[in-house]
Amino acid sequence: MDMAFIIETVVKIVVILLVFSALAGFGTYFERKVLAFMQRRLGPMHVGPYGLLQIAADGIKLFTKEDIIPQNVVKPIFQIAPVITAATAFMAAAAIPFMPSFTIGDYTVHPIVADINIGILYILGVMGAGLYGPLLGGLASANKWSLISTARAAAIFISYEVITGLSILAPLMMVGSLSLIDFNTYQAGGIGNWIVWSQPVAFILFVIAGFAETGRTPFHLVANDHEIIDGFGTEYSGMRWGLFFIGEYANMFFISFVTAILFLGGYGDGSLLGALGLLLKVSFLFFFFLWTRAAWPDVRPDQLMWLCWKVLMPIAVINIVITGIVMMV
Amino acid sequence: MFETIAFYLFAFLTVAMFSITVFTRQALYALTALAAGMIFISAFYFLLGADFLGAVQIIVYTGAVMALYAFGMMFFDTTRYVNEHGRSPLIVFLLSGMAALLVVVIFAAPIASENIVANYPVQEGVGNSQAVGMVLFTKYLVPFEVAAVMLLVAMIAGIVLAGKKMDRSLTLMEEEEIELAKQSQEKAV
Repeated sequence: MDMAFIIETVVKIVVILLVFSALAGFGTYFERKVLAFMQRRLGPMHVGPYGLLQIAADGIKLFTKEDIIPQNVVKPIFQIAPVITAATAFMAAAAIPFMPSFTIGDYTVHPIVADINIGILYILGVMGAGLYGPLLGGLASANKWSLISTARAAAIFISYEVITGLSILAPLMMVGSLSLIDFNTYQAGGIGNWIVWSQPVAFILFVIAGFAETGRTPFHLVANDHEIIDGFGTEYSGMRWGLFFIGEYANMFFISFVTAILFLGGYGDGSLLGALGLLLKVSFLFFFFLWTRAAWPDVRPDQLMWLCWKVLMPIAVINIVITGIVMMV
Repeated sequence: MFETIAFYLFAFLTVAMFSITVFTRQALYALTALAAGMIFISAFYFLLGADFLGAVQIIVYTGAVMALYAFGMMFFDTTRYVNEHGRSPLIVFLLSGMAALLVVVIFAAPIASENIVANYPVQEGVGNSQAVGMVLFTKYLVPFEVAAVMLLVAMIAGIVLAGKKMDRSLTLMEEEEIELAKQSQEKAV
């Protein structure tokens, strides 16, 4: 293993950590602004021009707030739970190609930390492990709201993993590889080659499961503010609570990247235009998360389970069978 | 060198996690350490170049341990200590004896390992998932199908056991309807 490889990897890791931690902060700002405009309000306006410095104000507040550990909690687990959420979100990023490879001088940079050939499996597994954060935080909190939220987290985790796995199975059969880079080259021919056109059902199922796994609004049951306070986050304060937030927003960005690469053509042929296109697609998918939050109410927990097992799973299985038949004939 | 460092690091972490699982009196510690240990084991697969099995290890065991958490939540107050009763000296004797034997076997293993040849060595140019698929659907096809049938049986049994009152939803019923249902049930008893 030569020195250049190690240095390159460390630089990539640091860049990804910094960029996406910052983006998580900006994500909260975008979310508030988008929600505000859709509800005919102004959103944050007072700190800085158009409220832009609100992120800095929030950051200062989170970092300087006292880190309260309530009396009856299981202390080590309570302390480590937010770290799990944030860490698994960033670990999943290791296998995502964020951009086409480019050259600086005569040195080629591949903007992916670890190009393992089972990328998509690794990303989904590690992202799924992120639900241990809400689960452990809720169980350790000694709080009934947190416990309800934990029960829901476990149910969602066990159910929607199935949908994610089954929905990507059909595109996987078409591409014949688990590597995200192979997915990208498969769709490199242009808009007509995007997998979303040949697998629209899988795309919709994957997006729905993505909403469930990141815990966004139609399935925002693990921390449903008007019903169970903040769920697993009720007992948390300061930066520990902030870590939950960073994890959630980083996950939203990463799942947007994965969706864009799997179904919407990724960075295309690898030109500058393709890279910009990928960023545009990711921005749109992130906006779609916020749009849905402004437009839809939350579902009930029993509706969530009904949707998973009685609607989405049969559709996913039928989709796989039809894809298989079409590929064989 | 990195492989060696990583191996010893993850070996230590795995053993430490599983020790916590066995020795602790706190259900939450035990479950969390179990999940962590299972995830650390996947590191060995990655170190050996078996990426596919590593990722499968993470996916399967995070989900499996999550189901254990659900049971733990139902049966214990996870923030309290659980006191176990009935430590039979015979069981302690047998288990520690077996553990000692196992340690001896593990340390003696390198003597035998020199003659071991891989049945299906890693082939150049064939991906991980392809290699697993080829072995699974040729040599191990029968065990694979038997496992599939067993899972199907378990699923049907689960649906039959849990699905007795699936047509009724307590959330959708009115207060009086629930009362009526309760009374009719008490009469039946």
